[in-house]
Amino acid sequence: MTDHLLEVRNLSVDFHTSIGTVHAVRDVSWHLERGETLAILGESGSGKSVSASAILNLIDMPPGEITSGEILFEGRDVLSMSPEERRLLNGHRIAMIFQDPLSHLNPVYTVGFQIAEAMMAHGVNKGQTRSRTIELMKRVGITDADTKIDSFPHQFSGGQRQRIMIAMALALKPDILIADEPTTALDVTVQAQILALLEELQEETGMGLLLITHDLGVVAEIADRVVVMNAGEIVETGTARDVYHTPHHPYTKKLIAAIPGGGEMAEQLGTGIDPILEISGLTKHYGAFVALDNANLTVLPGESVAIVGESGSGKSTLAKTILRLEDATGGQALFEGRDLISMDPKALFKMRRDIQMVFQDPTQSLNPRMSIYDIISEAFVIHPKILGKQHWKTRVCELLEQVGLGTEHMYRHPHQFSGGQRQRIAIARALALEPKLIVCDEAVSALDVSVQAQVLALLTKLQDELGLSFLFIAHDLPLVRDFAHRVIVMQNGKIVEQGPVEQIFDAPREDYTRNLIAASLSPDPDIQAERRKASDDLQAAST
Amino acid sequence: MTHTPNQPASLPDIPKAPNPILQTYRMLWNDKFAFVSVIFLFFVLLCAIFGPLLLEDIATKQNLRGRNAPPFDFSTNWAYWLGGDALGRPLLARIIVAAQNTIFVAAGAVFFSLIVGTALGLVAGYTKKTWSQVIMRLADIIMSFPSLLLAVIVLFMLKSSVFNLVIVLAITRIPVYLRTARAETLEVRERMFVQAARVMGASTPRIIFRHILPVVFPTLVTIATLDFAFVMLAESALSFLGIGIQPPEITWGLMVSQGRPYLTTAWGLSLWPGLAIILTTLSLNLVSNWMRTALDPAQRWRLENVRKKND
Repeated sequence: MTDHLLEVRNLSVDFHTSIGTVHAVRDVSWHLERGETLAILGESGSGKSVSASAILNLIDMPPGEITSGEILFEGRDVLSMSPEERRLLNGHRIAMIFQDPLSHLNPVYTVGFQIAEAMMAHGVNKGQTRSRTIELMKRVGITDADTKIDSFPHQFSGGQRQRIMIAMALALKPDILIADEPTTALDVTVQAQILALLEELQEETGMGLLLITHDLGVVAEIADRVVVMNAGEIVETGTARDVYHTPHHPYTKKLIAAIPGGGEMAEQLGTGIDPILEISGLTKHYGAFVALDNANLTVLPGESVAIVGESGSGKSTLAKTILRLEDATGGQALFEGRDLISMDPKALFKMRRDIQMVFQDPTQSLNPRMSIYDIISEAFVIHPKILGKQHWKTRVCELLEQVGLGTEHMYRHPHQFSGGQRQRIAIARALALEPKLIVCDEAVSALDVSVQAQVLALLTKLQDELGLSFLFIAHDLPLVRDFAHRVIVMQNGKIVEQGPVEQIFDAPREDYTRNLIAASLSPDPDIQAERRKASDDLQAAST
Repeated sequence: MTHTPNQPASLPDIPKAPNPILQTYRMLWNDKFAFVSVIFLFFVLLCAIFGPLLLEDIATKQNLRGRNAPPFDFSTNWAYWLGGDALGRPLLARIIVAAQNTIFVAAGAVFFSLIVGTALGLVAGYTKKTWSQVIMRLADIIMSFPSLLLAVIVLFMLKSSVFNLVIVLAITRIPVYLRTARAETLEVRERMFVQAARVMGASTPRIIFRHILPVVFPTLVTIATLDFAFVMLAESALSFLGIGIQPPEITWGLMVSQGRPYLTTAWGLSLWPGLAIILTTLSLNLVSNWMRTALDPAQRWRLENVRKKND
């Protein structure tokens, strides 16, 4: 039998919990060649990370147990090796980079030390490490590597930290690099740069790249072959192009259908309607730092306005100042003709009923110690005028049904629900106050693609039924394409462009908007290849 | 909307809320240690309430023939089954009678410092600037002063009564709760669900008591149970110095120190009241441990699923 660089054969992993045994991975087989990029695609809970963890011996045993299968690295079974042999393999021959570089870098050591440590752990002479570290940092695109080597992780941006993680992983020229959601926490433009870097480095070193991701766009951009996983099983394998264009398994079809950005764009609402929210000259300073600079925008009744921008663009600050979670430095926000910014607490309290918010991470925005009934009915406790106490239960049941949840869940607690269900609960809580405007701060970015589509459909349905307005904050452009009537693009605290959704996507005026659209990844490998070529040409032309 | 949502008749199957008393009992039964502890504490409480009423006479009657009587002499009156003290008073009866003072002082001091410390800590953690500063500096002052020294000074000036003892012990323990409550509040107040409550228009008291306190509370209760033993010992130290509880009033701590000169000849004098202190603290610890799990919805299954696993 020919030897693959890495081969996983019939791997099954169980987790023994007190609720019962969970089959995290069942009978999974795949292989990776030198110089090849294999993507393992799946949603949360699909078991996509488990096989990679098994390779690096990162599964906690117990409660985990590898019940069957073998992992062959250059023909030798990793699972039957001694711990010392495995340690020599890990980091040296097989390296890994993680999703969140901030939590995987030790904050009390300099980055230079941490990169050097990876080398010293595998017996590189201490004298050589420093020059090699600087060399590596330069290679992964850190400018001023000579001085930055003695900086601490918090002094770098998210993209730079991921570059440092890559430098650390590459320190010993591994044969295999495992990347677990390497770009999920990053902005789109940074994501494109990191993926380009990974590809370059792969060409240079000829290593095998194993990419674990939930994002079809990332697969289209970088992967040669893809393994689609669902509920612990492989449902489909093939080249990236085949899987996208001719998916066989229903799950893959569903996944591809759920990708946002393919549907009809919404028509702009008619003119001549009085706006429900009118913001003019809104400004927020944190000391000398200008987080939000002279923002002007309007929201019509029944309209969805999307605010798009990368991290630090001031879009969340905008939401917080409107909701008076932060005090604005200057400007006006007229809601139905009354200024939210200068409103006294009593009037503000009444206004809370009309403007509600849905937060990014439903795990954190729902009090873990309260039952669903308590969470939703809290609205009625705070605003007793809405409803008499005898109707609360009926109303909570209605709200739960309205957001597509069963009423039998009423006395459960948030941790017993999935991410998508939790976000539905958060939406039900917002609806309990019968608001006119709901501010959604990255309301679906923490969710899986197929769940994202469901939640967005729910929001659209609620808008049709109840005539709600949405101020929808997102960093992901394709996502808002199908949903918003109008789009506002923000950069560095300023609104750089705003207009109807069609105009923004088909005829963007600003370079920044164009860059954002170009950087967002299409799930179609062919389109993505064209785009990459176009952006390469653009760069070549500009230099 | 096509359906008519305001008809309660269309929703006949509104689920019933689980009965909290029954649920608590079941969770308690599933943790056998906590169950036994609760029974023991209940027994101690009964002794504390009714002991002095019923046994005051027996416990104070001297019987010179029973001086330092050895324990487990079952031929005697039941009150002497644990032996007699230096003046021939029955130990068992005295322990039961002493439960009242001991529990009153310890529970009073712990309860008082828990309430005041938590309240101040929540305020200091939730409100920024001035109030927080004032409260924290007060805590610093109390902490920088040796607590026993403070107690000695105060009790020397005031009349040494049970009530004063409780107040003094409570004040010296306040900073422990205050600092913990503040530190946790500072963290919890930034959590998303607190912001969500603010967006809904929740008042400051509501946010503090409904959202922050339930998250902070289990930690504080755990500290309180540990503090229970500390306060009992501090009380006996003060009593030993002659400024706490004075004979003929008795507490377990005082009984331990009274028995100390006779340790070599009659070990029971110190052992039995000491054992009472240990068992009470141990039970409190076990119960607080159980309570921490029971109060956390994400951990509660550990107490609910025991039977399923055994099947």
